[in-house]
Amino acid sequence: MIVKGEAVIFGDDVNTDVIIPGRYLTTLDPEELARHAMEGLDPEFPSKARRGVIIVAGKNFGCGSSREQAPIALKYAGVRCVLAESFARIFYRNAINIGLPVLECPGILREVSPGDNLTVNLAEGKVRNDTKGITLEALKLPDFLLSIIRDGGLIEHLKRRLGTA
Amino acid sequence: MNISEKILAAASGRDEVAPGEVVDAKVDVAMINEITGPLAIEAFREIGVERVWDKDRIVMVLDHQVPADSVKSAILHKVMREFAEEQGILLYDVGLGGVCHQVMLEKGHARPGELVVGADSHTCTYGALGAFATGIGSTEMAAVFATGRIWLRVPHTVLIRVTGRFQRFVTPKDLILLIVGEVGADGAIYKALEFTGPTIEGMSIGGRMTLCNMAVEMGAKTGIINPDKAAVAYVQSRTDKPFALLRSDPDADYEKTMEVSSLEPQVACPHSVDNVKPVSEVEGTPVDQAFIGSCTNGRIEDLAVAASILKGRRVRKGVRLLVTPASQEVYLESLKLGLLEIFVKAGAYVCNPTCGACFGGHMGLLAPGETCISSSNRNFVGRMGSPEAMIYLASPATVAASAVVGEITDPRRLMAEGRP
Ligand code: SF4
Repeated sequence: MIVKGEAVIFGDDVNTDVIIPGRYLTTLDPEELARHAMEGLDPEFPSKARRGVIIVAGKNFGCGSSREQAPIALKYAGVRCVLAESFARIFYRNAINIGLPVLECPGILREVSPGDNLTVNLAEGKVRNDTKGITLEALKLPDFLLSIIRDGGLIEHLKRRLGTA
Repeated sequence: MNISEKILAAASGRDEVAPGEVVDAKVDVAMINEITGPLAIEAFREIGVERVWDKDRIVMVLDHQVPADSVKSAILHKVMREFAEEQGILLYDVGLGGVCHQVMLEKGHARPGELVVGADSHTCTYGALGAFATGIGSTEMAAVFATGRIWLRVPHTVLIRVTGRFQRFVTPKDLILLIVGEVGADGAIYKALEFTGPTIEGMSIGGRMTLCNMAVEMGAKTGIINPDKAAVAYVQSRTDKPFALLRSDPDADYEKTMEVSSLEPQVACPHSVDNVKPVSEVEGTPVDQAFIGSCTNGRIEDLAVAASILKGRRVRKGVRLLVTPASQEVYLESLKLGLLEIFVKAGAYVCNPTCGACFGGHMGLLAPGETCISSSNRNFVGRMGSPEAMIYLASPATVAASAVVGEITDPRRLMAEGRP
């Protein structure tokens, strides 16, 4: 599983209130959520992300509430993958469950500049910075999480398992 | 094994588990509210299973936007009602419950030794009664509805031992703010935080809830306290359902020890929960709004300490103080105790039991440039309204004192000086 995109960079402790503020949680429409993605940090983000981007961030990405609207907003805004030094655990599970690939990648912030082209090999846990010509090791996802992402999220995965597809 | 390991071992049908292992565990109780629930319901329908795994092990609560403040919220509430009706699940509708975590505890839905998952990050609050409780997302909740199971990594545990007696007007909130400041917002990611020691044993159940509630602000999977006599008495006064008493083996090492006798009131400053300072360093900061409520500090002891400060005093002109009891039960009790009268006479605005101003969803929002001091648990940019507002977190005592003076104030000083 290979994901490609341009890097967009954020710092440490990016929380779910800036990813999608509480006042937008009354909608279940992913496209509308996407229009407010990252509003707390960069109101221009949705227009930047539309072409397909990879978020590169510091530690504790996605801390705060359990709102699944956060990874949904990012995914529908055009985020193809999130690479961070570390993740908050609920965000991490949510992202995988809705089929947004996330990889813990220690040291990533030092090796990527805004706009760099990245190629992520999810199965191998490798990130290649094509602009700078370097490869970084990420923490490999356990196989059962990879299989959830491969199936497109937990729902599709369960449908297969339970035979309700 | 410690209490978390014992609960996860029992839930996964094993004799023993070790930190780092992934277990497939049976869920005892699952909770959704109207912010996370409708997505879970949608995902559940998509899975294609007709009935939930066990309707008696699910609790649904309307709390974030009650009563409905918009047609959109009203629709979410309706989705919740219809699902509860269709599946036969217990729903705490408007007027029956309050903030979901408070309801789960006071109605006896979270019991010692159980594995509880809630589609809300502060589900970790139930560790106050010795449950292993953790927050999950909506899609994952749909999977729990369908299968009654969840995979969990057995966390490493950070043990915090607390000794000493709190001074008057210094509270468990001040202790947990100090701990968050020391551990950091990401200092306990994936871990369990276990609180122990004589101070915890002497602490009210409500105070223990405040401690466990904020475990997630350090990234922890849960906060937990070994259930003692007081916890068992609390649970038995609220449910006759049986439970198993699991406790940590006594040979534990402590990663952190704390002493509270000289603890000063603490304040978390903008814009992160771990930006904690003693109140003396921020005294004098002017505030526009003060908020007492939330799953962290909307309980009866919180309202009582605030009322003891507000009695015979008035909220400073130009400041608005919002008081939101965490549940119908707390509301009724504060009514009976005369606390609501004290608040109203002081010029506070008493709101209905709801999450309310805590998450900037539907009431008490802040304008750009305004400052709020809040008894809740998060001060992220934009949390309570405008991204250009400033949020300080403190204990209900500090919030009440600050509302009276109009600037951040040490409640001990206000009360010692007997200022009006
Ligand atoms: S009171 Fe605040 S933190 Fe607690 S459940 Fe409600 S919104 Fe979340």
